[in-house]
Amino acid sequence: MKNKDESNRKLDAGKIMDRIAKASEQIVSGVKDEEVENWVTIYVMGRAYKVPADLTILTAIEYAGYKFLRGCGCRQGFCGACSTVYRKKGEYKLQTGMACQTRVEDGMFLVQIPFTPAEKASYDIGKLNYNVNSLFQYYPELARCVSCNTCTKACPQDLEVMDYVQAGIKGDFKELAEKSFDCIQCGLCAIRCPSELVQYNIAQLGRRLYGRYDSPEPEHLKKRLQEIQEGKFNEVMEKITQISIEEMEKLYTEREREEE
Amino acid sequence: MKISYYPGCTLKTNAKNFENSAIAVARKLGVELIELTRWNCCGTVFSLTDDDLIHNVAPIRNLIRVEEMNNNGLINNDKRLLTLCSMCYNTLKRANLRVKENPDDLEKINDLMYLEENYEGEVEVLHFLELLRDIGFEKVRENVKNPLKGLMIAPYYGCMLLRPKEVGIDDPEGPTIQEELYLELGAEIIDNPYKKVCCGSYQIIQDKYVVSNLAYDILTHAKDAGAEAISLSCPLCAYNLDSIQKEVKEKNPQFVEMPVFYFTQLMAVAFGLDTEVFGFDLNYVDPRPLLNDKNLLGRNNEE
Amino acid sequence: MPRKVIITDKNVNFLKKVEELSGQFITRCDQCGVCSGSCPMISEMDITPSQMMRMVQLGQSEVINTKAMWLCASCFACTVRCPRGLDLSKVAEALRQINLRQAIDHIDIKKLPKDEIERLPQIALVGGMRKFTG
Repeated sequence: MKNKDESNRKLDAGKIMDRIAKASEQIVSGVKDEEVENWVTIYVMGRAYKVPADLTILTAIEYAGYKFLRGCGCRQGFCGACSTVYRKKGEYKLQTGMACQTRVEDGMFLVQIPFTPAEKASYDIGKLNYNVNSLFQYYPELARCVSCNTCTKACPQDLEVMDYVQAGIKGDFKELAEKSFDCIQCGLCAIRCPSELVQYNIAQLGRRLYGRYDSPEPEHLKKRLQEIQEGKFNEVMEKITQISIEEMEKLYTEREREEE
Repeated sequence: MKISYYPGCTLKTNAKNFENSAIAVARKLGVELIELTRWNCCGTVFSLTDDDLIHNVAPIRNLIRVEEMNNNGLINNDKRLLTLCSMCYNTLKRANLRVKENPDDLEKINDLMYLEENYEGEVEVLHFLELLRDIGFEKVRENVKNPLKGLMIAPYYGCMLLRPKEVGIDDPEGPTIQEELYLELGAEIIDNPYKKVCCGSYQIIQDKYVVSNLAYDILTHAKDAGAEAISLSCPLCAYNLDSIQKEVKEKNPQFVEMPVFYFTQLMAVAFGLDTEVFGFDLNYVDPRPLLNDKNLLGRNNEE
Repeated sequence: MPRKVIITDKNVNFLKKVEELSGQFITRCDQCGVCSGSCPMISEMDITPSQMMRMVQLGQSEVINTKAMWLCASCFACTVRCPRGLDLSKVAEALRQINLRQAIDHIDIKKLPKDEIERLPQIALVGGMRKFTG
């Protein structure tokens, strides 16, 4: 690379971008450009791109020729990696969403937030007391919440974030656990919070305390563990581990299944 | 009578004894305290700079709930909000006054909270002592089965119940509302000028010894005037005068501990209610030895 | 021994800023001292409330480096007694906010001892955070 001159390098870069664009075109949209009926303009870090209207933000940015090295994960709305902040042209409202779950709209000005800096406290859950003071000991900034509701507005999962933070302040662990259950830890609430809380870390401590000290124990699990310890399944396990591959395959293909 | 009730965070934890005794006592007086269905921390202190609106959002959000409960029929045409904690009372009332006097500020706050219904400015914030005064202290006397005879109580107001003037429930220099209540309960009143001196409030998180010095002054003045116990209305005052006695004793070994009551606990004892509503386990200095001395415990459940 | 004080534009601007934040006519204070006499925290303060008002009147911005405003408990004893009807608690808050709005917290919340937090009611922490952190 060092010995190639400028013009050659530029040509190579052009060729590479063409190949990427072609490859992503087929993978991403699955249709040819000529067959696309609706196009929208999106702006990625200020630069305009025309993309098919039925793409998600994630696939649209890839269509535009970008490759996600960070800020992309399961692509299914579960891992919390592809946090996106955007504004639409002509509107002042700052909006958020997960790139893999949000459809593009015309005039979206996009930026990705692949990482949220957040302090995660270290604690031994068995040594903590089951009271509100445990939350304050490890996250004293919890007391700074001003109930502005910015976190709730930022949440791409439509969780009642302010309500669960307030449940934390009140010491109502059950409500905290229930309301924060579907959190995917995308970091959008924390990055927007004017009081600089990290809501999802606080919720995690709250859920752990609730699970450890308060929520009902799963009786069926306890019963099953006891059965295992008593050796109820030893014989079956012995048998299974001794059979041949063919017998195993037969057992698998002829297993009991629900009607389709 | 049903009335919307705002507990405040601490009444659900350290000051659960305050809440339990208040609910029980209110019920005896025919008042059902209906807790707001969804509420948030009021913020404790009222924001004092003229340009600060964000710290008024939390109190106003709670006032919207009162209007909601009226609209949903959970409360019948009563836009009053009852509080027990003096600091919550002060913060909610001041925020309410601020937006009533400044419609521009109210508009901005309503706009920020666009996911909520607008606050119309119709709520009136009330402290429990004011409600008792409105009901009439004679009604309180009718319910006293176990007069607090011989108990020398020094009522303590602190700052938030009395100041500033537009928020105070009584004259800031010469308040008498608690005195009137305790007289009906049959107790003896010990007056002293330190009843309106601030307990130190949030300074407790900066330097607890500053607070313990203040507490020593307040408690010894009351004691020297003849008081056997203090009675108050705020969980922060309760911490700064009750739990702090640990530090007071550290610095002043000759100091003899003095029990600190919430006024509703005294009412519950005087009404002869079940011991479990007293909640004395949450008081740092156990008041039971004093009450036993005066023969005030043990005469319960006379229904 | 009277000290010579020179008032510049910088001083006047500081006074204006504090007046704007607090909404008080600070120049009306005639230094009667009733606020200092009412203050429960005065024995711990480095300057008295009256001195704080005087420094603000003269536009001496060094007042924001003093400790008195951080010891204020916002009890409003000074407010109800001021014969000029001034609200000194708002002036103290204005001075605190001038510091806090530079994103400089007055207390380091990570240094609050865990065994203390174990005892404290939420009300103390919430109030303290509002007054001591920006």
